[in-house]
This record gives sequence, structure tokens and C-alpha cells, in this order.
Amino acid sequence: MLLEELKGIAEKEKAGRKQICVRCCMSAGCMSSQSAEIKQVLEKAVADRQLGDRVEVRRVGCMGLCGQGPLVSIEPEGLLYERVTPENAATIVETLAGGTTSAQRGDLTQPFFARQVAVVSRNGGRIDPERIEDYIEAGGYGALHHVLHELQPADVVVAITQSGLRGRGGGGYPTGLKWATVAKSKGERKYVICNGDEGDPGAFMDRSVLESDPHSVIEGMAIAGYAVGANMGYLYVRAEYPLAISRLQIAIRQARQRGLLGDALFESTFNFNVEIRIGAGAFVCGEETALMASIEGRRGQPRPRPPFPAESGLWGFPTLINNVETFANIVPIIIRGAEWYAGLGTEKSKGTKVFALTGKIKNNGLIEVPMGITIREIVEDLGGGAPDGAKIKAVQTGGPSGGCIPAHLFDTPVDYDSLMKVGSIMGSGGMVVMDDTTNMVDVARFYMQFCMEESCGKCIPCRAGTVQMYQLLNKILERQATIKDLEQLEELCDLVRNTSLCGLGQTAPNPVTSTLRYFRNEYLALLQPETGGYGVDAKQPADAKVAL
Amino acid sequence: MGHQDGTALGWKGKEGLPSGGPSTHEINLADLSKGWSKQGGQVKVVKPPLPSPDKRWKIIDAKMRKMGYQPHALIETLHAVQESFGYLDEVALRWVAKSLRVPPSKVYGVSTFYNFFTLKPQGAHTCVVCLGTACYVKSASKILEAIEVFTKIKPGETTPDRQLSLLTVRCIGACGIAPAVVYDGNVSGRVTPEQATEKLKGYFSHAS
Repeated sequence: MLLEELKGIAEKEKAGRKQICVRCCMSAGCMSSQSAEIKQVLEKAVADRQLGDRVEVRRVGCMGLCGQGPLVSIEPEGLLYERVTPENAATIVETLAGGTTSAQRGDLTQPFFARQVAVVSRNGGRIDPERIEDYIEAGGYGALHHVLHELQPADVVVAITQSGLRGRGGGGYPTGLKWATVAKSKGERKYVICNGDEGDPGAFMDRSVLESDPHSVIEGMAIAGYAVGANMGYLYVRAEYPLAISRLQIAIRQARQRGLLGDALFESTFNFNVEIRIGAGAFVCGEETALMASIEGRRGQPRPRPPFPAESGLWGFPTLINNVETFANIVPIIIRGAEWYAGLGTEKSKGTKVFALTGKIKNNGLIEVPMGITIREIVEDLGGGAPDGAKIKAVQTGGPSGGCIPAHLFDTPVDYDSLMKVGSIMGSGGMVVMDDTTNMVDVARFYMQFCMEESCGKCIPCRAGTVQMYQLLNKILERQATIKDLEQLEELCDLVRNTSLCGLGQTAPNPVTSTLRYFRNEYLALLQPETGGYGVDAKQPADAKVAL
Repeated sequence: MGHQDGTALGWKGKEGLPSGGPSTHEINLADLSKGWSKQGGQVKVVKPPLPSPDKRWKIIDAKMRKMGYQPHALIETLHAVQESFGYLDEVALRWVAKSLRVPPSKVYGVSTFYNFFTLKPQGAHTCVVCLGTACYVKSASKILEAIEVFTKIKPGETTPDRQLSLLTVRCIGACGIAPAVVYDGNVSGRVTPEQATEKLKGYFSHAS
């Protein structure tokens, strides 16, 4: 493949474009509401109406507003239709011939869309994820060519470092620093791994990126491979995401056919290949050393660090391991420059972050916002507040490793450090909104049960501690607990946090500690009265009656 | 997650292996999995015969061959077995162990560690209730409760007539349309307890 060929493909695509494009979302959310059927109906309607010469129907990835799916949009008119059904889909095409439609109109100018900054999701809802030509027309693989021909590997590392990008899997480790460490490490061979084991319940950003724009992740991995000196990449994806896996398989096949993966990419001396590894339902495999054990075909159990994967990773070789969203950020940084990227976000948290906004909120779906936006802006402006005027009580970020942020702290800016300060974490991007029908002790128990079931069993604090904490939470919810039990729970939180082997155990107490910090009254209201329970705060016990 | 060893399945060593006599073939590790084996070179591998003439074994064997019969092919191979047969039985586990030269205890350890693998045959239909956070906030537990009452089975169990297996999962990433239930691999969103039981009635209708 040469640059001219790449440009040729893009031009041929542009020339073949019709005047009007009817985009039909074919991401997992909309697919579950018959969007495949809807696309067929749309195509048939275009053919029946003989509009084929100026209208095309295109399969596209996620448009974001999953809660209102299936979504259909019409470009360049900028019209959006929500909750489309196979029955009314044909009438959408009628409107292009002067007819009317009964399909529900959406608003692409509402804050949910207007307040977003699309970097990672730039191709979502625009290109056909199953056609590499679409990606190339959108500028795809141009960054890889640029890197291979204009930059030295060290320059790429410098660019990523200057962009200020931090790991999007939740840890927030500076990406450039990680790349530099792997680049410096000596090894017979090196590996690049993309962590697509998005196990955090309530988060689906990575699924959406893989389903909507698989090539941008592959291209990001190839650029990373060039920068650190690796020729082999592994994409580790959860088995729960069959559509993402199949789209990746298609993307890898097409990239190989076009010579964009394989040997001597763009006639350089750089070779790069990618293989998919499918997870098998273990949350702990999101932890990097456990993930590598799983790729090696073993039980996904973590090991102590150091040595870090950057020095001794997959099969003992230096390994770069980044999250899906991190890799999806690479291409825009290369194309638009590190300075542009560093201009987005806050001083210490650059760029944008994709969040999965779900729970008791009007607009359910995916949003990509600049770092530094407040939780209030996300919940009230983009999310549209609670449905049916209910009162929002808290937002949970970071999943089982994160915490609940109460409504009075909604002016907290969303960046790695501010969220840490209020007792939660950025996490991978799950943001679950809870209203006053949700009992926070029950929430803590929900997460503790999750951690208990997902503990790999290797280290005792996590294996036994999560069981003990779960039982104590159960006891509290059954109103059998005393203030002593609560004290023991807090002690256990401290112990498990400080003595567990990996992140799973170290963060498992977070949902308990954060709910204790902000909603202690809900715990106290459930304790036996004679031990300092009920009535500690006369205003609060009412909470306990709710949602049990 | 399981912490058992292979003995629970009654691993008995060689006598329990499929009969038919081992065949020998030669594999060049360096060719088959570029960038994996540190030493490479010619290695003689004793390859066990397929457990039965069933064509599905060939599909699984092809998967292992593609990955050079390397031990790291284990999880991918188990996926292929489960996709082909619906579950992992003893014959399959032993055969995979032998083919990949992995101790049966490790094969059993991996099969029981990962939630996705099941050692029990599943019903004709499967119903998977998502219990992720978004579904939890939107009362997925009520759906599960209704299904349990209707089917009289608990998650992880199969109805006595083998029509339905009930399973739960921690988030399938369909949070935007929570609460979600997966019927026979197809995701349904914004499910109510009534809808769920109504849907399941269809699976048993032939019996009534």
C-alpha cells in the first residue's frame, strides 16, 4: 500500500457518495431493537421509490443516544429519528420525496449532542464500521503513514507525552511515560496489548468504540507498535461483546487484505500484526497482569508488580498495555497535533473522556465531553435530569472500584484528581445516576457481591475480606447489625484496601467507604436502635424505608 | 469461581483417554506461531485422535492447529468446544489437554475459573438476565424474580424438561436500554417482568 493508493480509495469513495445519506445505527443497543430489519426496510423503500440515484442507506456505528434507539439520521439535512420501528421506517424515506412520517423526531441540536466534543467518537454514527473504505475516506490510516515516513519512533513517544494523554482504563497513568518505558526496555521482541475487557458493570464505551470504529483502535495499536518497537499486537475483548468481536475480525481481515497490517507497512521496514483474544467472563482479567495470564491461556490471576509489564509482560517480554479508548485517542493526536489535544481539558487531565451515562436519567447513552466539565453539567444539561421529575441523589462513577458522589458535590469538575478527592475515581467511564428510590447501603452491597464473586481467590484479603464485608452489609440490611458491626466493616475496608494484591481487592471497599462518607445516616438508620442506630439524626431515618 | 482440582472430574490418567492409538506428526513451532516459541525448531508432537467421527471435533482441531497446538491456545480452544457442543464435557477436556500438552488439572482449572465456560449441558433455550449496575438501578432483580417464580429454577439451572437454562451476567454493555435480557443470544431492552415471563411462555408452549 502506498499513500497514492490510500488517497485513491478515499477519492473513489467520495465520488461514489450519494447526495443524501440515511444513516441507520447498527450498534449492539439499536440492533437489539431491530435496527437490522429497519435498515432493510429503508433500503427497500429507497428502491421502491426509485430514489437510488440520490439516496443511500448506510450502516453506521453508535450515535450515542442509545436510550432512544433505534436511531436513524438523515444527512446533510441533520434530521434525527428516535425509536424507529420496522413499521414506520419506510415513511422516513417518504419524507425525502415530499411525504410525511409518523416516526418520532429527535433533536440533534439539544445539549446532549451540542455539548459533546467528538475525538474518540469522531467516526461513531458516521462511517460504516464493516467497510475499511469508509474509514479511509474519513482520513483513516493517514496517521500511520505519516508516522512511518515522517517521524522517528522517539518522536511519536514525545508527541504522545506532550499531548498529556493519560490511560483511559481508569488508572490515569501518563500514556507517554508508559510508551517511553516500553520503548527503552530491551527484549528479543515486544508486544502491544489492547485491553478491551470492559468488565465494569454499567460501562460500555469500549464496546461502542470497537463496534463503531474498529480501525481507529487497530491504527492506534500499529502506531504504538512502531513507537515502542513491537511487531505483534493482541486485542483482548470480552466474550460478552460478540458484535464487537465480529466487527474487529472483519476489520483485521480487511486491513490485512489492503496491506495495512502485515509486513512492510506503507513500504517501510515496519511489520505489524494483530490477533484477537476472547475473554471468558472474568472481571479480574481487566487487571493487566491477569489479562496477560489469560492471553497465555492460563487462569486470569494477577501477579505482584514489579516487574511491570513494560519490562516483563507477555511471555516475559516487554509489553505495552493500553485501554481501547486510549488507543482510539492516538490517531487524532498524531493528525491534529499534541498541542491541540493538550488544549482540551484541564491542566492535569487533558483531552476528552467518553462516559456511559445510564440509570435514572432522561438521556441514556454515550457522551464524550472535555475533561473539567462538572458532574452537574453532565447530569442536568446533557443528561436532561431525572425522568418524571424524580430527585437525583447521587452519581456512581468508576464501577466496583469507584464511589458515589452525592448531589451536593455535583459541581465537582470531572478530572482524575478532583474525582479522587471526593472519594471516587474516574474509572473507565461508567456513570450511573441514582435517584432517591435507591438505597445506598443496597448499592454498596450490590458492588460488594460483585467483587466477592469476581475475586480470583489468589490473595486472602480479597478472597475472604469481600465475603466478610458482604455478610456484614447483608446483616445491616436485614436490620440485625449493631454499631460494632459497622465499626468492623470500616476496619475491614481499611484492611482489604491496604493488603490486597491487585486493584480489584484494593478498590473493592470504595463503594462502601464512599457511601459511608456521604450517606452514613442510611447505614445508621438500619442499625439496631439500642446500639446507636435509629434516630441518631432525626431528619434522616425516613431514608431507610425507601427501596428496601 | 472454582478452586477445585482435576480430581472432581475423575481424571484417571492415560487409561481414560480416547482410544484409537496416537498419531505422530511434526510441527515446526517457529513457522506455526511466529514470535512465540523462544527456541523454535522441530518438535515431535503426539497428537491424539479425534474422540469421535463427529465433524465438530474437526472444527476444534482446526482451531488448535491454527495456533500451533500451543498451550496458550487453551482458552480459544475451549471457546470453540463450547460453541460447537454447548458445554465442556470430560471427553472434550481430556482431548484438549492431550492435544495441547497441558495437564488435565490446568484444563479443568481454566474451565472452572472463567464464568463463561460451563461443564453442564444447557437447555434448548437460554435466558440470560443482565445484573449490571444500570440494570440493577432499573430493577433487574424484579425480572429475575418473576422468571424464577415462573420457571421454578434458579440462575445456573436448567428446567427438568431441558427446555430452558436460566443464567445471569454482570453487564452485557447494553446499559442504554436497561434493563436487558438476552434470549437465545438476542438482546432485548427495556424489559418488564411481565414481558419476560410472556416471552418464556413461548419456549414451553409446545408442552402445554
